[in-house]
Amino acid sequence: MQKTAPLSRPDGLTWAFLGFGVLLLPLGLYLALAAPPDANQGYLVRIMYLHVPTAWVGYLAFFVTFLYSLLYLFRQDPRHDRVAAASAEIGLVFMGLALVTGMLWARPTWGVYWTWEPRLTTTAILFAVYVGYFLLRGAIEDPELRRKAAAAVGVLGFLNVPISYMSVKWWRSLHQTQSIDLTTGKIHMAPEMLQVLLFHLAVFTLLYLGFVRFRGLVAVLEEAKEEA
Amino acid sequence: MKGKYLLGILVILGALGYMVFGGLGRNLVYFLTPSEYLQDQARYQNRPVRLGGLVKPGTVQYDKDRLELRFVLTDGVAEVPVLHKGTPPGMFKEGQGVVVEGRFQEGVFQGTNLLVKHSETYQPPKEGWTPEEVRKLIEEAQ
Repeated sequence: MQKTAPLSRPDGLTWAFLGFGVLLLPLGLYLALAAPPDANQGYLVRIMYLHVPTAWVGYLAFFVTFLYSLLYLFRQDPRHDRVAAASAEIGLVFMGLALVTGMLWARPTWGVYWTWEPRLTTTAILFAVYVGYFLLRGAIEDPELRRKAAAAVGVLGFLNVPISYMSVKWWRSLHQTQSIDLTTGKIHMAPEMLQVLLFHLAVFTLLYLGFVRFRGLVAVLEEAKEEA
Repeated sequence: MKGKYLLGILVILGALGYMVFGGLGRNLVYFLTPSEYLQDQARYQNRPVRLGGLVKPGTVQYDKDRLELRFVLTDGVAEVPVLHKGTPPGMFKEGQGVVVEGRFQEGVFQGTNLLVKHSETYQPPKEGWTPEEVRKLIEEAQ
């Protein structure tokens, strides 16, 4: 049961996230193009400003799906299921972008678009699990069962996120280890590059917040139509 | 009912844990070092493998007409001569970490695919980085 009447238009906060995100994106592009090249790979390093934020939003979105899937399993509130599904959808898009930008970066630096090394393999599995999440949602007609099954995949599928993140440390890989290492707190990047990367991380996070709220609203409208 | 779910989750976590830290881990090795290969040569005979290590400085020979790249791959302990047919990738240079896919034939590792590893450290070049200076830097690296 809804406590408040569902909104039919995005609220101010959603527009604020989307507006700031879209406005700051060109500034990010300018900063990325003004950032210094890398001593080893020259201007190729600029793909990082797109590759790292897309992967970050992918991980973040799957984490939100994990949280709201757990909430759904405990509270059985359809609103939590809607947020979980909306976040998974955005995560899938951004994870796909991370894979594509990674391939575009890999070809000129490593020499190949794709190789079955640990980081790439675990991320491909992660991507496939969330494709499965939507296949499952589409295959179950009973709404309650669909939400429950999807929540189970949303919780278990998230296990792949830490595996993917840590893969470069746990196994021998071709992919370099983290430049901003969250496990040790070490940063292996010149400050003028780090600032640009952090700016992009912030902008992409704003865009994610806007997208997920917007997608959640679309889900409300979809459900209203389905019931009518 | 609660116990049933808990049991299911435990079984899945156990299976995943086994896969990650147990038996699967040994088969998940992306590349071998030259020492590991030489220690267990019989096992990898006539099988495609990936060898990873550093390009030993001073051993790189590139024949532009026949597109043959020869160098010595080292892990600091053992060394393996490599013959790769094709142009070296842009970031290939002496002392660089590389992974070579291929197989051994007559004591030489015949590479079919040459991958260049790069570090996680990003730094602007020391001398400055106007487009002309960077172009010079890239040309010098080759």
